Amino acid sequence: MVLVYSDNEKLTRELLAKGRELADALGKKVTAVVIGPGDAADEMIKFGADKVIVAEGGPETFKAEEYADILAGAIEEAGSNIVLIGSTKAGKELASRLGGKIGAGCIIDCNRVYLDSGELTVERVVYSGNAVSVERFNSEVKIATVPCKAFDPLEKDDGRSGEVEKKTYQVGEYASIVARVQEMVSQGVNVEDAQIIIAAGRGLKNREDLKMIEELAEVINGHTLGCSRPIAADLKWLSEDNWIGLSGHKVKPKLYIACGISGQIQHIAGMRDSSIIVAINKDADAPIFKSADYGIVGDLYKVVPRLIEELKKQ
Amino acid sequence: MNIIVCAKQVVDVSEVKVDPSTNKPVLTGIPKKISDIDKNAVEEAIKIKEKIGSGKITTITVGPPDAKEKIKELLAMGVDEGILIPAPEEFDYHVVSSLLAGAIEKIGEYDLILCGEASIDMFSGQMGPRIAGILNIPQITYALKTDASDDRIVAERNLGDKMVTTESTYPALVTVTKEINEPRLPSLMQILGAARKPIHDWTAEDVGKAGLSAMTRTLDVKGVPMERKNINFEEDLDEAVPKMVEMLAKDGVLN
Ligand SMILES: Cc1cc2nc3c(=O)[nH]c(=O)nc-3n(C[C@H](O)[C@H](O)[C@H](O)COP(=O)(O)OP(=O)(O)OC[C@H]3O[C@@H](n4cnc5c(N)ncnc54)[C@H](O)[C@@H]3O)c2cc1C
Ligand SMILES: Nc1ncnc2c1ncn2[C@@H]1O[C@H](COP(=O)(O)O)[C@@H](O)[C@H]1O
Repeated sequence: MVLVYSDNEKLTRELLAKGRELADALGKKVTAVVIGPGDAADEMIKFGADKVIVAEGGPETFKAEEYADILAGAIEEAGSNIVLIGSTKAGKELASRLGGKIGAGCIIDCNRVYLDSGELTVERVVYSGNAVSVERFNSEVKIATVPCKAFDPLEKDDGRSGEVEKKTYQVGEYASIVARVQEMVSQGVNVEDAQIIIAAGRGLKNREDLKMIEELAEVINGHTLGCSRPIAADLKWLSEDNWIGLSGHKVKPKLYIACGISGQIQHIAGMRDSSIIVAINKDADAPIFKSADYGIVGDLYKVVPRLIEELKKQ
Repeated sequence: MNIIVCAKQVVDVSEVKVDPSTNKPVLTGIPKKISDIDKNAVEEAIKIKEKIGSGKITTITVGPPDAKEKIKELLAMGVDEGILIPAPEEFDYHVVSSLLAGAIEKIGEYDLILCGEASIDMFSGQMGPRIAGILNIPQITYALKTDASDDRIVAERNLGDKMVTTESTYPALVTVTKEINEPRLPSLMQILGAARKPIHDWTAEDVGKAGLSAMTRTLDVKGVPMERKNINFEEDLDEAVPKMVEMLAKDGVLN
């Protein structure tokens, strides 16, 4: 049995497509697990599930400890040996805990999942983007987490039928309490699909200076701003949506302009698939220049306005 | 307050290159270090110990013998004792997390276990939650800020689309982010003083986990080289900018 779980609806559909493919090749079935209200259960069948387990009576907010107990129960009952979990931050901590709890092999952030000689095989990025490792499992239960957009969802098929089953699983008692959940306001920025990204780093002195970066984005009809981790995580000048790198979004635009970004390997990991990379940095020795096609060594407060002016002529 | 920090020795990934003839990453001869965020975990442990006013900080590393040199840096920062456990020839997250959990159980009296959000070479974020799963204790991941007192810890966590505040009594396992603090640089006195602090060698047998076998295996590690034009303009901006814009236009990436 292939079991699929994610807290993200879109990602669940992508996992269902992969789950369907694996299950068909192995002559197995796909079970999706929903924790909480089962409103989406019928949808999941239309997107490829044979069965949906709606786990009721569980926690109201996400707690990895309790969710891992629920999934462990579902895995045991369904006799699942392939478990695909969405690689959101919550999904990763859930999958990892589950792996420890039930003693299963677990591989995080698998960009590729396929059968090779009938064996489940996965590929993931290691060494900050310098390499891809190809891995397999020795354990009975095999847990793989999969990031967004690794697979295309199936077309919705209203003709598909399947079974929806409500269940209650035994959940342990844990001393941790979720005291507060604050949803981050998404600005609806989608760096992953952007064709042109202008990215800002710590070289920017003030938040207001982002206006200059925005203006640069606008003159080339690339409205998408990206940033390094400190701009999103420490300074919070831009949101999680704009954060590019190993721990942020992976992007592949045709043009990436890095303004005042030093080019540490963890940033490069997120943008190394860009077609053309431009770097603007005042330090000629900044590592970003090694990862750039074109580099301008200079003060971004002089270079960016000059670049805007020149691009306007185009 | 007994705090345990799991700290990993890693290759400095920024020095890793791909060998074009074999298309494999070259990992030998690369400088090693303690994974960046594990130093944040150590810093947080020291801050908590200082705040509570008493306690002991122990680090555990599963790794090769040369990791001792790097563990000394953590002792210099303020860790009281180090433990080094060699990994068997074939290891994976199951093997290493079992060894770490075994060592933690052998230490026995612990309140808080700290790990990094993720290691910089593998970047899985698996080890911390995996250990918490084995020990069946609460896990508080991606902590941006902690507030620890004698009997509980409260943490603000970055879960990407959500900021979550979680609290727990002890024992609990917390994974920390890079933003949580700025790891201290030890003084010369502290570096010298670290020589007197112990680093214990424990084996898989010592922690009751002999004969573990890996649950995942790596078949191949393929290098991903990156080719760039590396054209740099260092001259006068009035020349450089138009030249570059022309090249970008030729590359067809401006619209
Ligand atoms: C496990 C881990 C995961 C990480 N994940 C990510 C990630 O996903 N994304 C990410 O970005 N980082 C990530 N980091 C952090 C990364 O290592 C760097 O610390 C970060 O990318 C640095 O951001 P920066 O380049 O904006 O800042 P800095 O490194 O401070 O660089 C600022 C640059 O601006 C230049 N500058 C200053 N003033 C000017 C000026 N007036 N004109 C022109 N240039 C100027 C400076 O020369 C410098 O090169 C991660 C780190 C770790 C350990
Ligand atoms: N070999 C190891 N020895 C000690 N701690 C480790 C080891 N591997 C990982 N860790 C801990 O687990 C965290 C997450 O690592 P990872 O799951 O590889 O991303 C690290 O930041 C360390 O705190």
